[in-house]
Amino acid sequence: MFDVYKIREDFPILSRKINNTDLVYFDNAATSQTPNQVIDVISDYYKTYNSNIHRGLHSLSIDATDQYEKSRIKIKDHFGIAKSHEVIFTSGTTHGINILASGLEKSLSSNDELIVSGMEHHSNIVPWQMLCEKTGSKLKVIPLNEDGTLNINEYESLLNPNVKFVFVNHVSNTLGTINPIEKIIELAHNNNSQVLIDGAQGAAHMRINLVELDVDYYVASAHKLCGPTGVGFLYGKSELLDKLPPYQGGGEMISSVTFEKTEYAELPHKFEAGTPNIAGVIAFGAAIDYMNSIGFENIESHEKELLDYATEKLKEIEGIKIYGNSNKKISVISFNVGDHHPSDIGSILDQYGIAVRTGQHCTQPIMDHFQIPGTVRASFSFYNTKSEIDLLIEALKKASKMLA
Amino acid sequence: MQKIQEIQEEIIDEFNFFDDWTEKYQYLIDLGKNLPKFDLKNKIDSNLIKGCQSKVWLSSSFKDNIVIFEADSDAIISKGIISLLIRVFSGHTPEEILNSKIDFIEKIGLNTHLSQTRANGLLSMIKQIKIYALAYQSKT
Repeated sequence: MFDVYKIREDFPILSRKINNTDLVYFDNAATSQTPNQVIDVISDYYKTYNSNIHRGLHSLSIDATDQYEKSRIKIKDHFGIAKSHEVIFTSGTTHGINILASGLEKSLSSNDELIVSGMEHHSNIVPWQMLCEKTGSKLKVIPLNEDGTLNINEYESLLNPNVKFVFVNHVSNTLGTINPIEKIIELAHNNNSQVLIDGAQGAAHMRINLVELDVDYYVASAHKLCGPTGVGFLYGKSELLDKLPPYQGGGEMISSVTFEKTEYAELPHKFEAGTPNIAGVIAFGAAIDYMNSIGFENIESHEKELLDYATEKLKEIEGIKIYGNSNKKISVISFNVGDHHPSDIGSILDQYGIAVRTGQHCTQPIMDHFQIPGTVRASFSFYNTKSEIDLLIEALKKASKMLA
Repeated sequence: MQKIQEIQEEIIDEFNFFDDWTEKYQYLIDLGKNLPKFDLKNKIDSNLIKGCQSKVWLSSSFKDNIVIFEADSDAIISKGIISLLIRVFSGHTPEEILNSKIDFIEKIGLNTHLSQTRANGLLSMIKQIKIYALAYQSKT
């Protein structure tokens, strides 16, 4: 039985006051909040078995290694991954993307083309631009339709034998659009191109099976799904990861070191040089457990209800314009009110204790597409309520009046 | 011309009248709306202040050892804040600007109502104002 008020008790931060009013947290697309079930795991790690992993023979190290590797298995199972060594722990989505970008430096040439979509986060644009600068490869962009979906016909016409990779997000952090990644992957594979899916936004809202999806690479961050910051993972098909050169040199990623030659370790250690964020990885596993205890079918249906309710209520605001009107959308709404600058709206909402994001959301190309300086973005999570949305609407009406 | 310190005290007195943040914000919004029109030819990228979430342009001129500032923004609350800064800094000598100690922002409680991003933008504006003053001082 899904009881949002019961669930909210798991999140101590949700009872905070901002300017003497209850916090309304609608910046979940930037980072989700952390339940006690995850906070306790972090605290428990440092209180009872903090130690370095994979090396020590003592009990603490064995415990830590055990928990760390259990987390890898939890992530493998949750994301429908075939082998646990295909899960590479990273510091987050951006790190995962950069591991791949750095690994491709030697294998691309000036004849090659890479495709990104017009709704990517800067972190799924800039590493590829940097890669193009180094290799001479060309970056092509899938354009947006007016409703904030991708123009798949244009994508098809961009595909040619020179296209080696396609980099697309599952869900747009700004528009909320759920992209047809099955179709995108299928078309790419028919063209012998590999695909990386940026799962940063999607993973928190729906379950995904990477083997069924047949995606080549996938990246996500723990902090978007109730986990800690500074942790994420890169998935890659093992035959691809095996061929990819290591990203950083150091401890853990080697099997033998002499001054003449170093042998690299097997997957996943080849890409996990140095002491990782051990507590973070273990807590990531706990976050996955927590989300599954809520149940993704419950998360999806509650968030859909919030999205529909908010979209409807926002229409009460004079001059409202919503960006991103795909019929397949997660609970993210980007909007502007009349000609008011998003930062003015955001500043006033903050005074009412309502946390939204304002600005370009690291997606300047989307802003350029709609020719706007930015948007106000309200992003809902499964622990948000309709009465919180009512507070947003009231505050927006007051803000409009103040700015008029 | 009033001294910079006197103007700051005047602003602090004005803000003391307000009971809550809505009145302070409303006042800033009204100040923003009444900010003198900014010359379009100065609305150029080289006049943009880095570190602001909204766009803020600042230009200056120098005559008879007096610095005049003009500014604009695409966001109205930023314009209100700019209006206060211009009132404090514009019309003074480079020395006065460089020697001034700016404390009105804290004293009117504006800093607690500004997000970190906005507070950084405000600091960048003050820094740019002082850079202009320094440049004019070295000219004299």
